[in-house]
Amino acid sequence: MATQRAAARTAPSSPALPDDGSVGTQPGPADPQEGAVKRELFKYRLRKWLFSPRPFLMLIGFAAFLGGWYLLVDVLGVWRFGTLPGLVEVVTEWTAREPAYGVSLFTSEYYTHIWVSLRRILLAFFAALALGIPLGLFLGWSTRFREFSFPVFELFRPIPILAWVPLAIIMFASDEAPVIFLTFLAAFFATALNTLLGVQSIDREYMRAAFCLGSSSRQVFRHVVVPGALPFIFTGLQIAMGVAWFSLVAGEMVAGKFGLGYLINSSYTTTRYPTIIIGMITLGAIGFLSSAIIRLVGNRLMVYRARAMA
Amino acid sequence: MARPVAQAAADEARAGDGQARPAEVGKGELRVEHVSKVYDPEGAAFVAVDDASMHIAPGELRVIVGPSGCGKSTFLNAIAGFHSISSGEIWLDDELLCGPNKPQAKPGADRVVVFQHNALFPWKTVLDNVTYGPIVQERLSKKEARDLGRERMEQAGLAGLEDRYPSELSSGMQRRVEIVRALVNDPKVLLLDEPFRGMDSLTKSVMHESLLEIFDKNKVTVMFITHDIDEAVFLGDKVSVMSTRPGRIKETIEVDIPRPRDYRVLTSPRFRELMAGIHGEVEIEARKAFEAGEREMA
Ligand SMILES: Nc1ncnc2c1ncn2[C@@H]1O[C@H](COP(=O)(O)OP(=O)(O)O)[C@@H](O)[C@H]1O
Ligand SMILES: [Mg+2]
Repeated sequence: MATQRAAARTAPSSPALPDDGSVGTQPGPADPQEGAVKRELFKYRLRKWLFSPRPFLMLIGFAAFLGGWYLLVDVLGVWRFGTLPGLVEVVTEWTAREPAYGVSLFTSEYYTHIWVSLRRILLAFFAALALGIPLGLFLGWSTRFREFSFPVFELFRPIPILAWVPLAIIMFASDEAPVIFLTFLAAFFATALNTLLGVQSIDREYMRAAFCLGSSSRQVFRHVVVPGALPFIFTGLQIAMGVAWFSLVAGEMVAGKFGLGYLINSSYTTTRYPTIIIGMITLGAIGFLSSAIIRLVGNRLMVYRARAMA
Repeated sequence: MARPVAQAAADEARAGDGQARPAEVGKGELRVEHVSKVYDPEGAAFVAVDDASMHIAPGELRVIVGPSGCGKSTFLNAIAGFHSISSGEIWLDDELLCGPNKPQAKPGADRVVVFQHNALFPWKTVLDNVTYGPIVQERLSKKEARDLGRERMEQAGLAGLEDRYPSELSSGMQRRVEIVRALVNDPKVLLLDEPFRGMDSLTKSVMHESLLEIFDKNKVTVMFITHDIDEAVFLGDKVSVMSTRPGRIKETIEVDIPRPRDYRVLTSPRFRELMAGIHGEVEIEARKAFEAGEREMA
């Protein structure tokens, strides 16, 4: 009887569930074609980019910079620009098989410095990530934990990294550890703070929704808190990478025996000026690459954001 | 009949109301007894809900209307277990959710909430959202949950959207996905807090019809909160008017318009009559709230 009634109620009603008139929500094509579609899309985008003003403007930007350098230093040598290494001199030195000052693309010393700096950065950065992200997550998650540890954290955070140099040298006996420690410290604070902000940025309704769908606290942590904080965490990692390079160079200038910061500083004291520029440009390029890698990983982990922006 | 006792009791639960959705007995009877909620009891002691009582029969679709700020969300959040109550008792079937010795109910999948703002997890695909409940509760295996999720999505006209992310859906579809995500848990009560607020009226009316259809396929008690009287009368088996400052269930009106209902109901004389009655009640409350606001300003 009850079933009959139910049937009577369900049967006539409106025709199947109608759409609400929205656009852009048609189901996508079946899988087999997807690869081909992606390739086409990539080609299309590449062509669009090449024919858009962007690559052109980028080239103009670089040309203007290099041209300006060449003109001011090599050709005119006006004001104090005359004292700087010129474009031609730097490029010649950098690409020379037998560089006048000992460091070029063809010397192993160049790569030793790069490798030493890179290793320090990676050690420090991953340590900062491994400690900073969990700390930030727990600071955001537990009010009690935040109340007793955040004030201490906030007291240490504003201390400029350079102020840590003497202590770092006293604390660690070796040459390597103080530099890594300084690099770590800067990256750690940036990572932890942004992770904390990320947790606090999560809309409370997501947590409520998760709880009333039957999650335990641990499940809410894993399924809501961590993914919800991820955008901020990646912003934090970008910042962390930036300050890590900053502190690394500072540390290497003070305490290193190798590394790009050491190369720049020692080239200065031994008046190998073109080598300073080589070190600087190398830092710029590696710094840019490291940021790009973080961005790439972030996009990989947060597909939903990339899609929302598309 | 397989379960004569249950059947008889179920019929009794629907006595005098030929329209309540069929529900198994003992499933989803919500009783709220003299519940009060005081915010900040030590300080401002703001009484948001005062001595509210309500009884929703199993399978009933109850709508609660009242002007903004009258305490509807406070009331619903107490049932959901998002905050404590100051006095009274809330029962779901034979279980005391909260009462004198247990001020706050534990949120759980027997009372799933659909929120006013989209609360789908943006970082999960639509299907992962829908299957979230059964999987975290370990009620179903991953595969079973996905099969069930697909099936329910198809029933709700959402087939083909499984691998999308919520942000790629229109707001109407997001709402529907969220309702499906709730119903996949077979909750005893579904709590909806102004789920269609801010939608244009055309989308809204489509949502109403699709909502009724989804509910017809699921035996579930519903508590639906709104400040829109059209919506209340169109959807509800019964409509309760909530008074303002402090919130209290002032009056409950039975909507004796036969189901299934479609948009043509909106122009029927009975609909207009019920609307007018409820509108009168709500307007009195809105006016009171407005005047109280004026006094506070002065
Ligand atoms: N956490 C809170 N603390 C203090 N007052 C609150 C809190 N939440 C809501 N209120 C107040 O309680 C009253 C009822 O709010 P609410 O239940 O959200 O109303 P409604 O959902 O009917 O619009 C409002 O006047 C609101 O300002
Ligand atoms: Mg509300």
